[in-house]
Amino acid sequence: MLHYFANPTRFQRLSRRVEPWLLAAMLVCFGAGLYFALFSSPVDYQQGHTVRIMYIHVPAAWMALFCYTAMAVSAAVALIWKHALADVAAKATAPIGAAFTFLALVTGSLWGKPMWGTWWVWDARLTSVLVLFFLYLGYMALRDAFDEPGRGARASAILVLVGFVNVPIIKFSVDWWNTLHQPSSVLRMDGPTIHPDMLTPLFLMAAAFQFYYFWLVLLRIRRELMVNRTRALRHRQASA
Amino acid sequence: MKRKHKRLSFVLVALVLLGGAAALVLNAFEENIVFFQSPSDIASGKVGDDRRFRLGGLVEDGSVDRSGGETVMFRVTDTANTVNVSYTGILPDLFREGQGVVAEGRIVNGVFVADEVLAKHDENYMPPEVADAIKKSGQWQGSSN
Repeated sequence: MLHYFANPTRFQRLSRRVEPWLLAAMLVCFGAGLYFALFSSPVDYQQGHTVRIMYIHVPAAWMALFCYTAMAVSAAVALIWKHALADVAAKATAPIGAAFTFLALVTGSLWGKPMWGTWWVWDARLTSVLVLFFLYLGYMALRDAFDEPGRGARASAILVLVGFVNVPIIKFSVDWWNTLHQPSSVLRMDGPTIHPDMLTPLFLMAAAFQFYYFWLVLLRIRRELMVNRTRALRHRQASA
Repeated sequence: MKRKHKRLSFVLVALVLLGGAAALVLNAFEENIVFFQSPSDIASGKVGDDRRFRLGGLVEDGSVDRSGGETVMFRVTDTANTVNVSYTGILPDLFREGQGVVAEGRIVNGVFVADEVLAKHDENYMPPEVADAIKKSGQWQGSSN
C-alpha cells in the first residue's frame, strides 16, 4: 500500500479529491467547536472563564506532538525506503508543526500568568516543549543549509529521528518529575478528569485542528510536487 | 539482507540506543529537573541550609495568617511534613487554602522566606455546580475549596 500511494501522480489525483471534504469537515468542527468553547460550555469551578484558553491550548499542544510524530515517520520512510513523497511530506509538515508549537507556547503563557502567576517557568514540561519548537526550526534551517537538496533532506531526516526522543519526554514529563504544569487530564489510564460538558468543545476543536492539518499538508505537498516538476522540466529544457 | 532492510535495522537500533542514552542522562539529572522540593525533602535534610530552592505542596487548611499586613504567613504541607512559609507581596488569584503552591526562597531561622509564590492547580476541570454537588455528597477528593 505504501508503494501504491507513493506514486506522485496518483497521490495528486487522490489529494485533489479529498481536499474539499477536509476543508468542509474543518469548517464544521471549527464552527461548532468555537460555539461550544465560547458560549455553550460551563466555567470552571476554580479558573472561571480563563478555562476557555484550554480549547485552543490543548489541541495546539496535541498537534505539536502529532506533527512531529508524522514528520519522524515520514523521515524514517524517506530514509529507509527512499520514497520521495515521504520526504516531501516531512518537509511540508515542519512549518505547520512549528506554528502549532508556537501557538501552544503562547496560549500556555497567556494562561499561566492569570492562573499560576507567571508567564514562564523552566519546569520539565515547558522546557521540553520549547526544545520541540527549536527542533522544528532546526529541521527547517538544516534542510535549507545544503546546496544539494538531497543531502539537506538526509541530514535533516536524521535530525528529526534523533529529536524524536523528546516526544515521550514531553508526554510523560508531568508524571516523571514534579512540575508546575498539572498532570494529563485526557490521555490518562483512569479516564479523563475533565467534565463531559468541557470535553465536547475540546474534542471538536481537536478535530478541527486535525482536519486543518491534513487539509493544509495535502495542499503543501501538492504545491511542492508541482514546484519539483517545474524545476525538472526547466532543467530538461535547458539541457536540450 | 537487502539494503533497505539494513537501513531499517540500523534506524531501529540507533533509536533504541538513543532512547537508552536519553533515559540514562535524564535519570542522572533528575535532581535538577524536578521543579520543586517537598516538605519531606527538607525534613530528611535533602535540601535546606542557605541554598535557594523551590518548595512545593498544599497550603494547609486554616494556616493562612494575614495579620502581618503585606506579609502573609502560611504552612505548606505534603501531608507527611509541614513547613512554615512567609511571603511579602501579592499572591496569585488561585492561592487558596488546600490549593497547590510553589514558593521560591530560602530557609531563615526555620521559616521558609519566599520571594515568589506561584499557584499550582490540579488536572480536574468541572463546572462550579458539579464541584458543589460532589462536595455535598462527601466524595470530594481534590483541594478543600
